[in-house]
Amino acid sequence: MRTSDVSKMTFSSVEPGAGLRQALKMASEEIIDLIAESGLKGRGGAGFPTDIKWKLAADSDDELKYVVCNADEGEPGTFKDRFILSHFADLIFDGMTIGARAIGATKGIIYLRGEYTYLRAFLTDLIAQRRAGNLLGKNILKTEGFNFDIEIRMGAGAYVCGEETALIESLEGQRGEPRNRPPFPVNTGFMGHPTIVNNVETFTWVPCIVTKGAPWFHDIGTEKSTGLKLFSVSGDCGKHGVFEFPMGITLKELLEEVDGSHAKAVQAGGASGRCIPAAEFDRNICFEDIPTGGSIIVIGPDRDMLNVAENFMEFFVDESCGQCTPCREGNAKLLEGIHLLQNGRCSMQYLRELHSLGESIQLTSKCGLGQSSPNAFLSIIDNFKDEIMGRIQP
Amino acid sequence: MLISEREQLRANIERRVIDFGNNRSALIPVIQEVQQKYGHVSEYVMQVLADVLHIHPVEVYGVASFYSFIGHKPKGRFIIRLCRTLPCEMKGKERVARQLENDLGIHFGETTDDGNFTLEWANCLGMCDQGPALLVNERIYTQVTPQSVHDILEECREVFGVHTTLQEKEMSCELPTSAK
Ligand SMILES: Cc1cc2nc3c(=O)[nH]c(=O)nc-3n(C[C@H](O)[C@H](O)[C@H](O)COP(=O)(O)O)c2cc1C
Ligand code: SF4
Ligand code: FES
Repeated sequence: MRTSDVSKMTFSSVEPGAGLRQALKMASEEIIDLIAESGLKGRGGAGFPTDIKWKLAADSDDELKYVVCNADEGEPGTFKDRFILSHFADLIFDGMTIGARAIGATKGIIYLRGEYTYLRAFLTDLIAQRRAGNLLGKNILKTEGFNFDIEIRMGAGAYVCGEETALIESLEGQRGEPRNRPPFPVNTGFMGHPTIVNNVETFTWVPCIVTKGAPWFHDIGTEKSTGLKLFSVSGDCGKHGVFEFPMGITLKELLEEVDGSHAKAVQAGGASGRCIPAAEFDRNICFEDIPTGGSIIVIGPDRDMLNVAENFMEFFVDESCGQCTPCREGNAKLLEGIHLLQNGRCSMQYLRELHSLGESIQLTSKCGLGQSSPNAFLSIIDNFKDEIMGRIQP
Repeated sequence: MLISEREQLRANIERRVIDFGNNRSALIPVIQEVQQKYGHVSEYVMQVLADVLHIHPVEVYGVASFYSFIGHKPKGRFIIRLCRTLPCEMKGKERVARQLENDLGIHFGETTDDGNFTLEWANCLGMCDQGPALLVNERIYTQVTPQSVHDILEECREVFGVHTTLQEKEMSCELPTSAK
């Protein structure tokens, strides 16, 4: 059953444009202070504090700054950004415009993944409507000197372009290969100008925080992970779809909500996340325990964990940009190892070597793709040795 | 291609590069438009883009070959991309794949002899709660079954001869109300 109850979500209770109107009465620092007080952290997965990112960009005196909305949503099992783009796009644009006001940007870009091209016409229309309503363009809502406009750029089927520096490379007409960081986009972003790159959901929470107040957001969740979060739930559970839960919810509570309590494991955070066994379902989903961009794949009792590991490793071998050796060659080697396990031909000694290879890949890769690609396999080795060793070929 | 057609294409590309700011960042949007119109990006187009942007053609090729939705060889009019990632696998993508191969008479990575269909794998399409999912050009289909494969192919065949990317037709999935 698919159950994404749009009307019950917090986003439905916030009137489009209201947050922006209110924010335009505030000074740039006041907006950033408000975000700081709310404790909002990036919803794209990495959980970087949004106010710090915005402050760094605001402090630069470059005349040209950019606001980029990361709508590349390529993490397997994640679809909440598509859901927001379909139902609450006005709030995303409000959030981007508030961000522009806070850092002093004049240009906005939404980087929409190629797979979502069917949403493009709808978003283009909405942007045109906002221009007509003076929510975009010159002197927005009669605010003298505040000019901001948004354009849509399309991705072209490369997962790695969701990584913010690869995304900028792609916007600049290059291969989507991640850059070394530092420098960070807040200093040297699109075309060398200060740029804030934020996830779709991060921007969407901004007008909610402005209208409902920072304490409202801050009082939900845990100390280091405040507020609410959208989760994309799929796999072996009774209810699939997008759900809103407070940060810090335990896996057990979440699974009860989606009729998935019988699960033997949950892949939290997509292919780059970890596979959590049933014994650890009392752990919390938050930045200090199990971080996730919102992907929850429920794995039922009859599933083969090696199949899970194989599927994700094939994904990474396919999507590695190939720039650095540990990621390009290492992931292929791990995939071979998974095939050995599937054929029941892997010694404990070799499994240990695979494990330490995985750890080396995590440490030596240039970007988050390689740094997290071994996560799923390593957590399956750690938690399901009994299931994956000594297989007898079918 | 006739010489006049080539000149027309060159003029179009030059104009679109200017529309997109007349610098390197125009490269991918223009490539995407060519891709959408002609189904691939030919060597001639790459040469023109290199001339207009004052870069080496190999630079253009390097970019075009990086992205899986951009191709330098002609493909079928309908590119079918079936999601192979875990949630769709759990919902039975393997059987859908088999049926696609059966009904089209080709394997993944191939194009039908009549040039109408290309069959490819894709990674997660963002429809994991409604799998198995596939894209036909830009259009998304969800909860595909081996049986409904036939209907999807028939829908494509019906629009042969008509200029369409399947975009304007009604979608089978959850979409913004105003886009329906
Ligand atoms: C391989 C890779 C893919 C990523 N894909 C996405 C993505 O699709 N969407 C996203 O918002 N962030 C993605 N990120 C994270 C971005 O690099 C960046 O941290 C994020 O856009 C910052 O926004 P936030 O602070 O609002 O979360 C990805 C990171 C990596 C390493
Ligand atoms: S870790 Fe992988 S994806 Fe990231 S830069 Fe290196 S090769 Fe590319
Ligand atoms: S796994 Fe197929 S759409 Fe996400």
